[in-house]
Amino acid sequence: MNGSRHRRLAHGRRIATALLSSQYAYMLEYRAEIVLWALSGVLPFIMLGLWSAADVGGELGLSQLQLARYFLAAFVVRQFTIVWVMYTFEEDNLSGRLSPYLLQPLAPVWRYVSSHLAEQATRLPFVVALVGLFFLLYPAAFWWPPLPALLLAGLATMAAFALRFLMQFTLTMVCFWSEKASALERLLYLPYLYLSGLVAPLALYPEPVRAFAMWTPFPYMVDVPARILAGEPVNVGASFAAVAAWGALLLPINLLLWRRGLRHYSAMGA
Amino acid sequence: MGRYLTTLRVFWIASLTAELEYKANFLIELVATAGNLVGSVFVLSLFYGGGRSLGGWSWEAALVVLGVYTLLEGVTTTLLQPNLSTIVAHVRTGSLDFVLLKPIDSQFWLSARTFSPWGLPGIGLGAGLIIYAAWKAGASPDPRTVAIAGLMLIASLLILYSLWFVLAATSIWFVKIWNATEVLRSVLVAGRFPVSAFPAGLRAFFTFVVPVAFLTTVPAEAILGRASGAWLLAGLAVAAGSIAASRWFWRFALRFYTSASS
Repeated sequence: MNGSRHRRLAHGRRIATALLSSQYAYMLEYRAEIVLWALSGVLPFIMLGLWSAADVGGELGLSQLQLARYFLAAFVVRQFTIVWVMYTFEEDNLSGRLSPYLLQPLAPVWRYVSSHLAEQATRLPFVVALVGLFFLLYPAAFWWPPLPALLLAGLATMAAFALRFLMQFTLTMVCFWSEKASALERLLYLPYLYLSGLVAPLALYPEPVRAFAMWTPFPYMVDVPARILAGEPVNVGASFAAVAAWGALLLPINLLLWRRGLRHYSAMGA
Repeated sequence: MGRYLTTLRVFWIASLTAELEYKANFLIELVATAGNLVGSVFVLSLFYGGGRSLGGWSWEAALVVLGVYTLLEGVTTTLLQPNLSTIVAHVRTGSLDFVLLKPIDSQFWLSARTFSPWGLPGIGLGAGLIIYAAWKAGASPDPRTVAIAGLMLIASLLILYSLWFVLAATSIWFVKIWNATEVLRSVLVAGRFPVSAFPAGLRAFFTFVVPVAFLTTVPAEAILGRASGAWLLAGLAVAAGSIAASRWFWRFALRFYTSASS
């Protein structure tokens, strides 16, 4: 009994290692494109420029330094929570590449998860370089969070990635029924863009909007991890509880749609 | 010229017929564009809270800038993105050979071949916002202002087109360049706000390196009837220069095109 469980665990670890290392090698081939993807995340820096010039800091209780640190942290968090599973899945589904994946004794979702993780690993050196450049241009903003905060921020970022992946993958299931499902991702991206804290720290929002946002899953995807990283006070317990609650809500829907979708997929004979 | 207009009509009717197969997309695009506009207005309103202003622009004047940006986004979705994103595939598969052999200018063919109606909500909403905000800001619709505003909008469209085209044309060398246009798109987001709202360093960057200032701020000034002659001339010069540069760059890039098999 114990032996078989042990063997299954070792087997799982072997699969994970093989998937991650092959995906990492694959992503390294595309490192130039990944650098460009990373560069296309400049939005927090543009917004930092606007907010620091608007000089709203004093009256709303955020100093220039706090703003700079928040937006830099938001940039870093965003880099490690970007999800594009919908586009890959749509292509795999339309081109029929999904069929061989389904024959393998491994749920296809793990293939997508591992390619996302491998892509993040490819991004890492570039993000470090950009952060270094930021501190070089703006040395006053330099800070290094203490180890517990750093670990907590890492954990919150991983939770943010998991939630965002789960959310997009749930919407991705529409691909089984529609050819142009990725258009829907544009709709999901809107509340994410405006409620996650990418364009402004939620602290700068009017109170009713902020309170409403906290009931949606979006602030936990950028604002909360970024504030932990920037050393702002955060209600850690409540935030992780919120992420867990949203995950618990989405996971069964996702699994149900996946099963329904698969039945539809084979019925189509694609 | 007449031949080009006839061709354009045939091209666009054909692509419109194909795109209308996906009618539900129109609704999604309309909701997405309207939602994006609401979000942008909300973000803009954050800057105006507590009686502040953004870079010396009044609320209505800043809305004109946002309207111009929305209009340009619509044009990007309608024309620039669907056309210029195919250059990469033409280079990779070698079908650019056939484009070059056609008895029509290759840059024209590549830039105007398809027409996607999904950007039309953006164009409509942008134009509506411009007219509403300009009226609220007290701009007078006298013929002179309208003519100058129209001219500056055309100049801004030409600059936007040239930026996209030059980036897309680099796919002659780099087959995976498509992400570079995503970088361009993300930088152009700065055009939602008047350029004077940025700190000095970024303002210089958005005027001289990536001419975002000429894309939205200068046309908005012209619409409000308060653009200075120097800025208008500079805008026209940048437009003429960037179109000439895109023509030259395409000829230059083609010299390095060796078809797919070689």
